[in-house]
Amino acid sequence: MRVDGYGRIDRARPLSFTFDGKTFTGFAGDTLASALIANGVALVGRSFKYHRPRGILTAGSEEPNALVEIGEGAATTPNTRATMQELFDGLTARSQNRLGPLDLDLLSVNDLAAPFLGAGFYYKTFMWPRAFWEKLYEPLIRRAAGLGRLSGQHDDGRTEKAFAHCDLLVIGAGPSGLMAALTAARAGADVILADEQTEPGGRLLSEREEIDGQPAADWVAATLSELRGLGVRIMPRTTVTGAYDGGTYGALERVGLHLPESADLPRECFWRIATNAAVLAAGAIERPIAFPMNDRPGVMMASGLRSYLHRYGVVPGERIALFAANDDAHRTAADLAAAGIEVVAVIDPRPDATARGDYRLIRGEVTGTRGRRALREITVATDAGEERIAVDALGMSGGWNPNVHLTCHMGHRPVWDDGIDAFVPPETHVPGLTVCGAAKGDFSTAACLASGIAAASTALSALGLTAPDIPLPAASDDPGRARALWQVEGKGRAWLDFANDVTTKDVKLAAQENFRSVEHMKRYTTQGMAPDQGRNSNIAALAVLADATGRTIAETGTTTYRPPFHPVSIAAMGAGARGKGFAPERLTTSHAASLDRGAPMIAAGLWYRPSYFPRPGENHWRESCDREVRMVREAVGVCDVSTLGKIDIQGPDAGAFLDFLYTNTYSTLAPGKVRYGLMLREDGHVMDDGTTACLGPGRYVMTTTTAAAGQVMAHLDFVAQGLRPNLAVRHISVTEQWAQFAVAGPKARDLLASVFGAPPDLPFMGCTETTLSGTPARLFRISFSGEEGYEIAVPARYGAGLFRDLVARAETLGGGAYGMEALNVLRIEKGFITHAEIDGRITAGDLGMAGMMSKKKDFIGKAAAARPGLTDLARTALVGLRPAVLEQPILAGSQLYDGSDAPVRTNLKGHVTSACYSPTLDCHLALGFLAGGRKRIGSRVRAVDHLRGSEVICEVIDPVAYDPDGGRMRG
Amino acid sequence: MRIPCPLCGERDAREFTPRGHATLLDRPDVDAQPQAWHNYLHLRDNPAGETRELWHHTAGCTAWLVVQRNTITHAITGASLAREAGHAR
Amino acid sequence: MAELIATHPFDGILPIRHGNCAAAPFQPDAITSVAPYPGQEAAVSAALKDRIGAPFPAPGRSTTGADGSLAAWSGLDQCFVFGPALDAIDGAAVTDQSDAWAGIEIVGEDAREVLARLSPLDLRPGVFEPGHTARSLIGHMPALIMRTGDAVYLLLVFRSMAATAAHEIETAMKGVAARASLAT
Repeated sequence: MRVDGYGRIDRARPLSFTFDGKTFTGFAGDTLASALIANGVALVGRSFKYHRPRGILTAGSEEPNALVEIGEGAATTPNTRATMQELFDGLTARSQNRLGPLDLDLLSVNDLAAPFLGAGFYYKTFMWPRAFWEKLYEPLIRRAAGLGRLSGQHDDGRTEKAFAHCDLLVIGAGPSGLMAALTAARAGADVILADEQTEPGGRLLSEREEIDGQPAADWVAATLSELRGLGVRIMPRTTVTGAYDGGTYGALERVGLHLPESADLPRECFWRIATNAAVLAAGAIERPIAFPMNDRPGVMMASGLRSYLHRYGVVPGERIALFAANDDAHRTAADLAAAGIEVVAVIDPRPDATARGDYRLIRGEVTGTRGRRALREITVATDAGEERIAVDALGMSGGWNPNVHLTCHMGHRPVWDDGIDAFVPPETHVPGLTVCGAAKGDFSTAACLASGIAAASTALSALGLTAPDIPLPAASDDPGRARALWQVEGKGRAWLDFANDVTTKDVKLAAQENFRSVEHMKRYTTQGMAPDQGRNSNIAALAVLADATGRTIAETGTTTYRPPFHPVSIAAMGAGARGKGFAPERLTTSHAASLDRGAPMIAAGLWYRPSYFPRPGENHWRESCDREVRMVREAVGVCDVSTLGKIDIQGPDAGAFLDFLYTNTYSTLAPGKVRYGLMLREDGHVMDDGTTACLGPGRYVMTTTTAAAGQVMAHLDFVAQGLRPNLAVRHISVTEQWAQFAVAGPKARDLLASVFGAPPDLPFMGCTETTLSGTPARLFRISFSGEEGYEIAVPARYGAGLFRDLVARAETLGGGAYGMEALNVLRIEKGFITHAEIDGRITAGDLGMAGMMSKKKDFIGKAAAARPGLTDLARTALVGLRPAVLEQPILAGSQLYDGSDAPVRTNLKGHVTSACYSPTLDCHLALGFLAGGRKRIGSRVRAVDHLRGSEVICEVIDPVAYDPDGGRMRG
Repeated sequence: MRIPCPLCGERDAREFTPRGHATLLDRPDVDAQPQAWHNYLHLRDNPAGETRELWHHTAGCTAWLVVQRNTITHAITGASLAREAGHAR
Repeated sequence: MAELIATHPFDGILPIRHGNCAAAPFQPDAITSVAPYPGQEAAVSAALKDRIGAPFPAPGRSTTGADGSLAAWSGLDQCFVFGPALDAIDGAAVTDQSDAWAGIEIVGEDAREVLARLSPLDLRPGVFEPGHTARSLIGHMPALIMRTGDAVYLLLVFRSMAATAAHEIETAMKGVAARASLAT
């Protein structure tokens, strides 16, 4: 029901929305919750476990009941707090966790079974038989208990992440936060003021108060205007969700959730805010009272009633009662009465309670409620007996809990303050964070303003700035007298955690069953594990636990506070990291040409490389691959090898640097020569292999494998800076500078002759700097295929053109482009290794390359490679494998066993690392590591793949299955 | 977490790659006893409190840093260039 | 003989403009890395000043030469010279990087807001001033970020990542533009 003359809504802008398919009208400035209340909708959802009818409890982000689905189809967002969802024209909302219509939820039978559904119910009931859990019990429970549901469709909605930096982050824009921001901004600090609400102002917008003789809302507006003028970045709709190391805070901004969905506007933005100092002015949350049947729609927080009245001009009924042991209830009664609402009674058990207006004060307690889908009547017990009072709504207040959460995000615990019956921040907590206002237990407006100034001054002095002399605005210094009231005994269940349906009885049962630790109680009852993370219920639950276990609240302690303070959607946290945003795509210069030729691309790290180049008539990748292999063996093939890491190494000490990095010697490599090298980790295992060319005195270019390029670069950085900082050498990646193409095959020379206008004059393992079409180019005579092979490198801008040119020329020679599949077959036929072989556990000896480890010099990994375990002759070593039945494929990953040994771990003799079909040798081939290594050549082993059910008898052969003397390669 | 790179200033931890205790800079002589190599390769101080550890400014200036960090509070109290750490020969 | 035609990483991708921010390719004649050997810093700086009129820049800074050449600090012991190609310099490793990087100029009132969605760098006007340079991240991509004017930023990302960079920048630009249109 609307109240004339109240609220900050724009009555000139009506908005139409639907709830459960029914159309309603609200106004600009409404939340979904206030608009529902205005339309007399009390029932908004069903409870988690018992499917009890539930209404709106609060006016804030802590709302446990009014969780709804917003939007349609793929864009549906479940578990949206109606209290935080701003109204827009066309908003569609639906209630959750029901079967059938909301007012006739068929699952409400659960409520009748409530005596059996207490704490620990699942643990006790669904223990046995074990196999039933996954197939029967869990699906049933998941259907019956739960919240909103995901659409199951791909949601295109945009989310965003962003970074912000400031001198001072002020969290919360109530009186203390505004005052802190003002103090810091006047001192010249760079301030971000983040506030969860649509409009900054905090409780000042929800109360009838004056500051400096003007209405509080006017003071807020004036202060905000000054802050903007001082350059303060004001971030409304932004909840600071976590405090992290080094002055970093996470914050979730609702960017477009208050508007109809649009393509470019993000729904939410997750901010990482790095700041030198922070002020926590997050206020406090009013806590409910656990009295019997307190979950009826129409039972609300007293402060919520004031918020709805003052911010939205709505009240949830015509006859309202209040129940509290503090002055807030009386403040609410006075405000309602002033607005012309009938205050039926204020029930306050304190003997010294006094009325603040013309309403009935009852010194007693509420012991029950009635009403099927909405509150109709309350039962009040006094010394004189019981009385039933007809009401539309009841406001309750069990006192206030300071929002200490962020102070405890780095492992600290709050401390109990007997003076205010609440937990307050501990003395030491998050470094650089200062707490003020209600968040530290200062409840009066005047105290909040003063503590805002004080907190900002503390932060400013840490920043080396001087706090300005700022006058304290005049405001109420009444903190509201209070007495803790946690629970009321009586007939019927009394809810603590509305969201997870946990009652005082459940907590008492937990205590009785010896779950006395608050952490155990939490897990046994699920109290505090709902979307509100116990923001409404934690303190009252542990007060009940304390009472049941005969301890004080301070002794009982709290559970651990962890980020996020408020739920953050995974979409927001991972914003941008889906589809193309998941990881950068590295495209070679030949990418478009490969796609033009129909090549399917495969990921190699971040790179995309062509698998094969299908030709008309080829229907299977193997047909293309086999043809490409034959093409290289018989004519000429062209392959983009630009993805291999290329590192330019220069300096008078470059040779010495390489000698230290590689097992073999480079300082003796003459300009114009290329050498294959093996690089170890310091623990003696192989890190990477590749060729390094000497382009001139003190000028080298190292190649790494595609996969290890980043690791090798970091390794070079470490060795150069950490171990050999005095060497006159510098290295830099030139991977991206040069597009490089392998040209391999018996006609490679002819192809190059046509490209360069003359046949190349390069010996095997030679290199030269030359020019091509007037641009600098490099030519290397190296081979990863076993054929006469060259690699041509040109500046990347010419890569696209050169690739098309080379492929076209190759095609006139009976060749063409080849992809990764053929490249892999070619190298397996030749026994060349990749990271399938050098998997981090392999030594030079395992590869048959022990001779490459120089005895004359120190190198990385030298000492460790000499350890007995690494030189043990019983180690496995590289061998080739050929199936006894030639057409039988060997599967990579198979385990190797001898003779008739049972295929179990204790009999293991090795494993298969790479396998292929060799069109050249017309048989399947594999590489692997086998105990005994090459000594086993000629014998047989069994390759067993337990996963795929394959068992193949293999003949052990030399790893170099094709052209073992290398005559083709040397030309 | 934020790391004060001596060259780049304070930067977000996402730009860095950690690599364990700074003793990795104290590489033994190639002829050192096996025990010395064992210590270097496998044994790291892991104190509850102040420690010095290596971080690579991978997505920044590529400097290797020795970062002074408290493993209890996570407070980072300083960082220097590994090449100036005085270990290497 | 082969005839080679040059292509650029942003062909057909840039320029783009959304709201108060535009992105265009940045294509200097050459990018050359200069890395002095230990103890050669002063000599190399003098040689550089002699060649392009700008000394070797301090960490995080750039220096400008008479002919519009720019020497931007690009990491430990290293700067990138934007301008005419450089020959060998005594006492330094000199490497051609012209084709290794895809350069993007981001201009406009909202340029900083766009970058705040891509980079963890502190880009506040008083912290990252014109003439400042930084190695940092654009999304998950290593980048050299330079501020060359009040609302002008130059980004260099790996050439192979040009398409991803343009996509991410455009997405950020659209989001910022959509927000800006709300405010008006």
